[in-house]
Amino acid sequence: MYIYDAFDRRLLAERVVDFRDQVSRRLSGELSEEEFKPLRLMNGVYLQLHAYMLRIAIPYGTLSTLQLRKLAEIARKYDRGYGHFTTRQNIQFHWIKLAELPDAMAELAAVGMHGMQTSGNNVRNITTDQWAGVAPDEIEDPRIWAELIRQHVTLHPEFSFMPRKFKIAVGASHHDRAALRIHDMALRLHRNAAGEAGFEVMVGGGLGRTPYLAQTIKPLLPKRDVLSYVEAVLRTYNQFGRRDNIWKARIKILVHDLGAEAFAKEVEAEWQSIRDGALALEPAMVADIAGRFRYPNYATLDDGPPELAAARRGDRAFDVWLSNCVTNHKMLGYAIATLSLKPEGGTPGDCTAAQMDKLADLADRYSFGEVRVGHEQNLALPHVAQRDLPVLWRELGAIGLARTNVNLVSDIISCPGLDYCSLANARSIPIAQEITRRFHDLDRQRNLGRLHINISGCINACGHHHVGHIGILGVEKNGEEFYQITLGGKADENATLGTLIGPAVPYAQVADVVEDIAAAYLDLRDKPNELFIDTVKRVGIEPFRERVYAAR
Amino acid sequence: MTSPLDQKKIKIAGPVVVTANRVGDGAVVYRSPDGGWTTELGGAAIVIDADSARVLAEAAAGDDLHAIGPYIAPVKLLPGGNVRPGNLRELIRRGGPTIELPAPLES
Repeated sequence: MYIYDAFDRRLLAERVVDFRDQVSRRLSGELSEEEFKPLRLMNGVYLQLHAYMLRIAIPYGTLSTLQLRKLAEIARKYDRGYGHFTTRQNIQFHWIKLAELPDAMAELAAVGMHGMQTSGNNVRNITTDQWAGVAPDEIEDPRIWAELIRQHVTLHPEFSFMPRKFKIAVGASHHDRAALRIHDMALRLHRNAAGEAGFEVMVGGGLGRTPYLAQTIKPLLPKRDVLSYVEAVLRTYNQFGRRDNIWKARIKILVHDLGAEAFAKEVEAEWQSIRDGALALEPAMVADIAGRFRYPNYATLDDGPPELAAARRGDRAFDVWLSNCVTNHKMLGYAIATLSLKPEGGTPGDCTAAQMDKLADLADRYSFGEVRVGHEQNLALPHVAQRDLPVLWRELGAIGLARTNVNLVSDIISCPGLDYCSLANARSIPIAQEITRRFHDLDRQRNLGRLHINISGCINACGHHHVGHIGILGVEKNGEEFYQITLGGKADENATLGTLIGPAVPYAQVADVVEDIAAAYLDLRDKPNELFIDTVKRVGIEPFRERVYAAR
Repeated sequence: MTSPLDQKKIKIAGPVVVTANRVGDGAVVYRSPDGGWTTELGGAAIVIDADSARVLAEAAAGDDLHAIGPYIAPVKLLPGGNVRPGNLRELIRRGGPTIELPAPLES
């Protein structure tokens, strides 16, 4: 966990005072909506179809149990008893009243949480690998670097009115769990052949109407230069990014239009003028930030304790959960347990206040008081002793958080869609729900293997449909909901954008189409362990297209 | 959401209302014949020509204290005088999400 200091706490407290005054003036009519809207957006307050929505940042997906209990309390006290975890390590409350927002924000600030820069044309909540600090394949904890950047860009006047929003992700493992290539800017900490550590800098990624994968403009940036280089990228974007057309304003358009090489030259020129200035990171500065991250006092344990092996032998359901949802930890004798928020027939990413409270209790008992949030809209307990897994699994089952479908076909990423969102053209959640019902049989899901379905209700692509193994995009045609289907997308270290397979299909046919695609995959795979995404890569989309449209 | 200021060329093909979100809680509201707002679509002022729609929308836009982002939305008139929203978006705005929400206040 990162421990905020007095400066951070004062900043949040002052922000609440400001916002309380702004809300009061809006309610009295002193501020018009035109005047108030940018102020509320700077605090993460949106207006959706039915109500205001508050988006709260969960930096690096790291939540203390104190914070999780507070989120549960906010859900009960100010909302409708649940929250929605998003695809960017945020949580949203969808039914919050304007007059009560300042009180809710004050309560959140007391536990170091806020909605600052979860909206607006600024640097948004910086995301990382949700297993930061515990992943065995990690170079070092990426959150330290993300936190340095966060402190620099928070309320930074130069970067508060950029051409459009700017999303940064930071990773430090070979396996990309943070979807780096679909970000405006991504930093991947790695070592070169000589063993030197530095950042691969990628820019210009993003989904939406014009999807692009980020391109590498710096293969190995020294760690001391990360702040100055981020600043140089932001300045270059601020200077050259388009402000005349909202659809062409993201950095991905600038990088594409200029070319990555030309963009990199502009950045380089800016960077050379500032790299040895105040933003050069002295080791003491990095050590100070690193020192504010608290790590558990792990016990000395061995991998594979006998009670775990006995539980696996004695209960197939536990064994399946362990295989699908539990991952190696960097510490011997510990594990990372992913908790699916994808129940059959449920809303991806939703979590009730009761679940949050009870999960906080379990995290205190079994995970050193810490919970993680991933961009796949699932949670994780990051520090579980392997010997505790059998009892934890039973207790998670009692609160509906021991589902075994992580990375399977029913582990669907979905935006809120037209059921909540004023930007959406079509519903996402009911599509996800129907697919989970069709594939309710776990053995069938396991036979299909790793298969990611991502659903967006509009071209803004909050559901990351372009990088789903199966991507589903809702569109509106003559007042009816239709859905475009893409295949072959992925968001990991081999990120790829999916390919459209043909004409959009109506709402009622989407789940049938997914079943057809799944059946085609089973026929086409060359061996039982060839993953869906690998089959698509090997055979292309044509056989799937034929299967889907032959009957339509 | 389309503001009436952006709906300069108002083309309507049937009955319409003016709808917005309430300032205090964001709830969906409809402009009523008395110049106020109602959460009931049945209580909304319904007009059937572009000039009347423009007048209704402009008046609504002047009430920034109570409602946000008023715009013109189609409705359908049913036998018996009932009114229903004219498209899916408006159906969801009036009726709420089409999905079952998580159990609200279980302990």
